[in-house]
Amino acid sequence: MFDLVWLIPLCPLIGSVINGLLGKKIKNETVIGGIAAGSVFASFMVACGILFQLLSLPGEERVIQKTIFTWIQSGTFKADIGFLIDPLSATMLMIVTGIGFLIHLYSIGYMHGEEGFYRYFCYLNLFTFSMLCLVSGNNLLLMFIGWEGVGLCSYLLIGYYFHKKSAGDAGKKAFVMNRVGDFGFLLGLFTLFYYLGTNHNVWTINFVELAKNADLLVPGAVVTTVCLCFFLGATGKSAQIPLYTWLPDAMEGPTPVSALIHAATMVTAGVYMIARMNFIFIKSPTALLVIACVGAATALFAATIGTAQNDIKRVLAYSTVSQLGYMFLAMGVGAFTAGVFHLMTHAFFKACLFLGSGSVIHGMHHALHHEHSEADPQDMRNMGGLRKKMPVTFWTFLFATIAIAGIPGLAGFFSKDEILWQAFANPHHHAVNYVLWGAGAIAAGLTAFYMFRLVFMTFFGQTRLSEKAFHHLHESPWVITVPLVCLAFLSIFGGYVGVPKVLSEFFTGGAFPNYFEHWLEPVFAYSTHYTEAHGAHGLHSVAMEWGLMGVSVLIACGGIALAFALYIVAPGFPEKFTSTFPALHRAVYNKWYVDEIYDFAFVNPCKALGNFLWKGFDVLVVDGIVNGVAAVVRGFSGILRYVQTGFVHNYAFTMVFGVALIVAVYIFR
Amino acid sequence: METIAMPAINLAVIMPEILLSCIAMVLLLVNVFVPGNNKAYLGYLSIIGLAVTAASAVGGWGPSVSAFNGSVVQDNFAIFFKVIFLISAGLAILISDRYMVQEDCNQGELYPMILFATVGMMLMASGTDLMVIFLGLELLSICLYVLAGWNRDNLKSNEAGLKYFLLGAFSTGFLLYGMALTYGATGSTKIQAISSYVMGNPGVASNPLFVVGMLLIAVGFSFKIAAAPFHMWTPDVYQGAPTPMTAFMSAGPKAAGFAAFIRVMIFAFPMLRAEWSDLLWILAVLTMTVGNIIALSQDNVKRMLAYSSIAHAGYALVGFAAVNAEGAAGILFYMLSYAFMNIGAFAVIILITKKGEVNGNVQDLAGFGHKKPLLAMVLSIFLFSLAGMPPTAGFIGKFYLFSAAIKAGYVWLAIIGVLNSAASLYYYLRVMVFMYMKDPEEDFEWAGATPAIAVCLLVAVGATLVLGVVPGTVLELAQKAVQF
Amino acid sequence: MLAIENYLIVSAILFAIGTIGVLTKRNAIVIFMCIEMMLNAVNLTFIAFSRHLGNIDGQVFVFFVMTVAAAEAAVGLALMIAFFKNRESIDVEDVNLLKL
Repeated sequence: MFDLVWLIPLCPLIGSVINGLLGKKIKNETVIGGIAAGSVFASFMVACGILFQLLSLPGEERVIQKTIFTWIQSGTFKADIGFLIDPLSATMLMIVTGIGFLIHLYSIGYMHGEEGFYRYFCYLNLFTFSMLCLVSGNNLLLMFIGWEGVGLCSYLLIGYYFHKKSAGDAGKKAFVMNRVGDFGFLLGLFTLFYYLGTNHNVWTINFVELAKNADLLVPGAVVTTVCLCFFLGATGKSAQIPLYTWLPDAMEGPTPVSALIHAATMVTAGVYMIARMNFIFIKSPTALLVIACVGAATALFAATIGTAQNDIKRVLAYSTVSQLGYMFLAMGVGAFTAGVFHLMTHAFFKACLFLGSGSVIHGMHHALHHEHSEADPQDMRNMGGLRKKMPVTFWTFLFATIAIAGIPGLAGFFSKDEILWQAFANPHHHAVNYVLWGAGAIAAGLTAFYMFRLVFMTFFGQTRLSEKAFHHLHESPWVITVPLVCLAFLSIFGGYVGVPKVLSEFFTGGAFPNYFEHWLEPVFAYSTHYTEAHGAHGLHSVAMEWGLMGVSVLIACGGIALAFALYIVAPGFPEKFTSTFPALHRAVYNKWYVDEIYDFAFVNPCKALGNFLWKGFDVLVVDGIVNGVAAVVRGFSGILRYVQTGFVHNYAFTMVFGVALIVAVYIFR
Repeated sequence: METIAMPAINLAVIMPEILLSCIAMVLLLVNVFVPGNNKAYLGYLSIIGLAVTAASAVGGWGPSVSAFNGSVVQDNFAIFFKVIFLISAGLAILISDRYMVQEDCNQGELYPMILFATVGMMLMASGTDLMVIFLGLELLSICLYVLAGWNRDNLKSNEAGLKYFLLGAFSTGFLLYGMALTYGATGSTKIQAISSYVMGNPGVASNPLFVVGMLLIAVGFSFKIAAAPFHMWTPDVYQGAPTPMTAFMSAGPKAAGFAAFIRVMIFAFPMLRAEWSDLLWILAVLTMTVGNIIALSQDNVKRMLAYSSIAHAGYALVGFAAVNAEGAAGILFYMLSYAFMNIGAFAVIILITKKGEVNGNVQDLAGFGHKKPLLAMVLSIFLFSLAGMPPTAGFIGKFYLFSAAIKAGYVWLAIIGVLNSAASLYYYLRVMVFMYMKDPEEDFEWAGATPAIAVCLLVAVGATLVLGVVPGTVLELAQKAVQF
Repeated sequence: MLAIENYLIVSAILFAIGTIGVLTKRNAIVIFMCIEMMLNAVNLTFIAFSRHLGNIDGQVFVFFVMTVAAAEAAVGLALMIAFFKNRESIDVEDVNLLKL
């Protein structure tokens, strides 16, 4: 089975080529969609086979390399087109092909009737191909190829609705920002290569070789530089401070794209990359601290912004940024397993949420269309009461929301709690552990709040649609609901592969071990040994772990309760006053108004902060800097071009000036 | 009576040059004696000639052979470059006929002229005497002045030719003065002799005659490769010249400039590499940055590509500044890839523009992606390659150049390089945005590719992708070529 | 016999005059003549060095430079004529269509 690993990326590539070249002629949506989804399903089957075969091997033998051919061989530099199969890449392959298949399937329904249907699937398959190269490549350069490839496909898909100017702009923004991160990746690659090569005569960019020689990496400035360069790459791809602003804008793309690329797979590439090279990162406490702090800050920061959004997809976008922050927090505190675990569970519930929101938007769009209404189908203020009309969407969405909120028993709880515990108890950053944990815990509360706010505003209460439009609202077809059900199922039960030890011992006496940790153990063995060998000890207190778990659950429940109070209980509350205070009646009759009043009274402290951070910091400062740099460069370009006067004299003069300058420098120094 | 010792004459060493000159002269005569306005056949004959020459050049691959008392050499370095020149000449010829017919300047002398320019480039690559290098350079330049001003009835083309001529001759003055001073300081014009003189007399490095001479030679070559601040002629000449000739000029002669530059700088002055490095990295940073920044605000695609070609010379200079084998091999590889991707891009531009080169702006490309999906895809591949995106040749080339710079300790130079290439993405992407994501303001019809242009595009796309996906063999050859 | 420095200084002055001429003159033909002056300054340098070093290479070089200059003149004048036909001017200030 391992010999067939090359089929995994190849199938989607073939699908992409077929659809790209012949799609326009095929025209039949079922055929096009079938080719695309089928190719990914084939990859999924191969990935399953590899997973099972890998499981049958003993733990220490679970590293298999399959080289297809030597790509570049020149002097000391060698890069193969080759694949690395180990528990980490197998996990990623399963996530990418499995969720990828569900989203392909979903897209057939969602994109029905869109212009350029074939183009969409061509890009989507191409993306799957690049992503699979990224996670299965056995060397840094191949990973980089995938890294650039997913960026390109992301750009193409964000700009899919190119008639909208904002879509094109968002695509460009994402691409250029990603390129800024990519250059960090490249620099890290070069520096690592030459550092090992010139100092230790180990010329390699192969992951297995690098891991074997990890002892040669002496902690110090160079290793820290390498790590920070790679991390810069990760901030671009995985939307962390300061390069995250492209992700909310990326919501201009079709919703399944947001689910696949901007929630489940591509944006987690940075996390994967750090996990893949954990043996380097563990050598640099500085880099780990930076990663942990950036992760925690992003988690908290994006969560506050999430509370102030009204566009259903934007809420989810900021939520994704925030959850990615958790993953980086996990990486930064050396809890690689927990980070990858959260990556997986997040892929389940966030894909489910995005697809659910897509189903809602799909329904809203049709309902509004019937009414010829110009209202925004993505604005939650236009929704409400959808649960009666879209029961499948509602229930799957609700379970995914409970999962992300961190309610015990669902996937998100296990992974998030593990990260929070590690943030508190890890042996790396004793001084700031409390801060890291605090930021994570508050973000968890905010997450619960804004997610339930979303659910309440969308599915509960009275509808804010007109009666006619509401009448036309209906549940989505099966190609949309089946993936939703699958993902909701995974959101509920997917976490049981990685139940924390304390819980397992308490409830089952240890009979139900943490399979996931055990599974990934060999990948992170080096880092674990390294940490222990250097006498760094984390906190081991069962009582403390229970206590913190309780606190984080309480915070999450608090968030839900607040959302419940503000968006379910309170909206009914003002109606009692209508007869006594007719003046107030008008004000509160309109739900909009109510929202604003309650915003003013209760949510504002939080919302104002969120708004401030969003409008003030995010839009003005971060966007300002990024756009500002671009604007300055463009402006500079506009000015500099006037140097090119077109007059021979000026050109000749510049030359003479250059000659004089160069000669003067060399003569007089 | 004293017998005059005849120097060993080994014509085999300059066989490619002799062959190509003869072919060019024969074609000149053929053009005169064969009546008719269709001159395409001359192009095909030229391509056969180029292929024969290439075969004869490649036949010399192996240990280097010096001839004419050390004036020319046949080594792998020269051969690699000769192949680049021959390829760029061939591709340029393939895209010439349609353009020249469209612009009514279809004189048959065009093809011999291109071939003579190629001979000049080949002499530059294989010359190991300043005199030979100068002759090659002038042979090339004079042909290029004519080619730039080829469209006699078009004022822009006239202007391009005239500007190129005035500034080129001006820069020749500096180059020659530098050669004269170097000759005075070292007593020879042969690179080998200069090199051993410098090794024997380290004091010469502080002799102002020698330093100024060396710098003026560098200036002369910098003009040829369009390095800032000697790049000013480039955008104007590239924009005004007939598009196929622009494509040719940006690929072949630029590579020839690098060939001679590397030969002189690294062979003749090996002791002074550190000093060179300082000069070269300044040139590299200036060149990349100026080229890229001004390219950002260009609307005319041809002019944009002209500025971008300045930036590309800057990337190559990054490898040059590293002054190590990787850097030199990187330049060889990059120049080869650049020939393919840039001429390919210009080939598509030829198909886009109408007579008089109207519709050459980015805005005019709106809707191109939907009307001509295949051509648009091909252009996108070239642009991606120019921007340095994997899996294209441009990526591998840049990867190699920057990697060489880092190896030589110029981490920040690589950072500037990579940042520049990220910025360049903006204007390449802009073309694609217009092609795919804008609706045309008026309905516009584009011509399809002629067979010759189709062949050119096929070769260029194929090479761009092959060099990007399996660059191993060519990289190995490039590395063998720089084992001095 | 004069010392080599004298020749070199004269040729440097000639070269500078030529350069300044290129920078200041407006007539393309005069500019070209200035360039020719630069080349001749170079020739003088070569000859002086050749004589000084007792080495014939410099003189050979001069022959090549003269040949090349002749060829350049032919091409240059042809280009100017073509330009003059279309623009009816030979002033380099009028060579200004291509810019920015």
